[in-house]
Amino acid sequence: MNNTAYFPGCSLKAEASDYERSAAAVMEALGQPLEELERWTCCGTVYSLTDDDLMHQLASVRNLIRAQECGAEEIVTLCSMCFNTLKRSKVFIEQDAARLETVNAFMDEEPDYEGGIEVFHLLEILRDQVGFESIEGRVTRPLSGLRVAPYYGCTLLRPREIGIDEPDTPMILQDFIRTLWATPVEFAFQAECCGTYQIVDTPEMVLEKSHRILSSAMRAGAEVMVTSCPLCMHNLRLCYEELRSSLPEKRELSIVYWTQLAAIAFEVETGELPASMDKLLEGLPTSMELVR
Amino acid sequence: MPSVTKLEHFAGFRERVELLSGENVFACYQCGMCTAGCSFADEMDMLPHQVIRQLQLNNWKVLESNAKWICASCLNCQTRCPKGVDLSKLMEAMRQIYLRQQLDQVEITQLSVDQIRCLPQIALVASFRKKTG
Repeated sequence: MNNTAYFPGCSLKAEASDYERSAAAVMEALGQPLEELERWTCCGTVYSLTDDDLMHQLASVRNLIRAQECGAEEIVTLCSMCFNTLKRSKVFIEQDAARLETVNAFMDEEPDYEGGIEVFHLLEILRDQVGFESIEGRVTRPLSGLRVAPYYGCTLLRPREIGIDEPDTPMILQDFIRTLWATPVEFAFQAECCGTYQIVDTPEMVLEKSHRILSSAMRAGAEVMVTSCPLCMHNLRLCYEELRSSLPEKRELSIVYWTQLAAIAFEVETGELPASMDKLLEGLPTSMELVR
Repeated sequence: MPSVTKLEHFAGFRERVELLSGENVFACYQCGMCTAGCSFADEMDMLPHQVIRQLQLNNWKVLESNAKWICASCLNCQTRCPKGVDLSKLMEAMRQIYLRQQLDQVEITQLSVDQIRCLPQIALVASFRKKTG
């Protein structure tokens, strides 16, 4: 990953720190350690959807300038929301020379953004640059038989122009799960919204949306669910805690970041895992020899 | 819910929404695909395709619908619209008509310390971006 700057975003330094720790360990194991962008700031969290207002693009553009300053050609993110916001802002600003000029003129304390910094999600880098084959080669603890539901949510896939896969029929997480020798479990709500920031003022609505996602995955037979968004993680785990006591059979679902699944298979630092995940792993073979 | 009375004599309402969003509401031919795929339609007092219809009719009363606050910009409608209408931008335009008049939907000062402590930053920042001016 030469010339690639890693943009963490706020959550990765706080409640999603397990996501960052596991991702860092996985990339280290693949020989391509993450190099953090210097002086990064909040991306703005959500992409501004108004056409008449450039002000809300500035937070993203500042980070693109940070990347430009350190000679990076690409930004890679772990958080799906940061990925979406940075990439959409980049596309919007670069689409029209007048917009770029206005933004540059306004931010007179910054060097001009010249355009051309690419924004990627780490999953894309692994698929397109590192290659899933190299990941498979690094697996020391195959997750054979583990049934994993890929939960995409919204911001990795939509809009189509910036998404990392087909919005309605994504495959990247299933392919990634297979790379770790686990079994992907497809389910109806894998790309439906968890309720997102509405958790702030209408939590009951969010819990209902998250409930549909969790129960659909569990009915399909999932033992584990992976996500790449810290906000989806918050909502899904909150909902799961409520759901758990009312589960008819004592079926459990471990919700983890996709990088934590890879860290388990690589036997590197995983960050904190739910207790139910530890139980699942006890039942798995511990070395490659047992399988091959 | 903030009052909409200030907006009653809104001249050129549809043009304002189109300017804010950059979308052409007349591109919509009311097929209903947006409503069919909307994760939140069951929470709305007016369905997504009905919102666009009211915009076509230049009916400012559509501003009173709760749909714009329920919409979380998940973009299912945007990716599936056969006419390329981005409804998420129309919803944002209607939110902005409120928010630019300081008619906030979320009162930051009303949030409890516990809420602020337990909610992830991205939830708070996103909510403030979408629901406060």
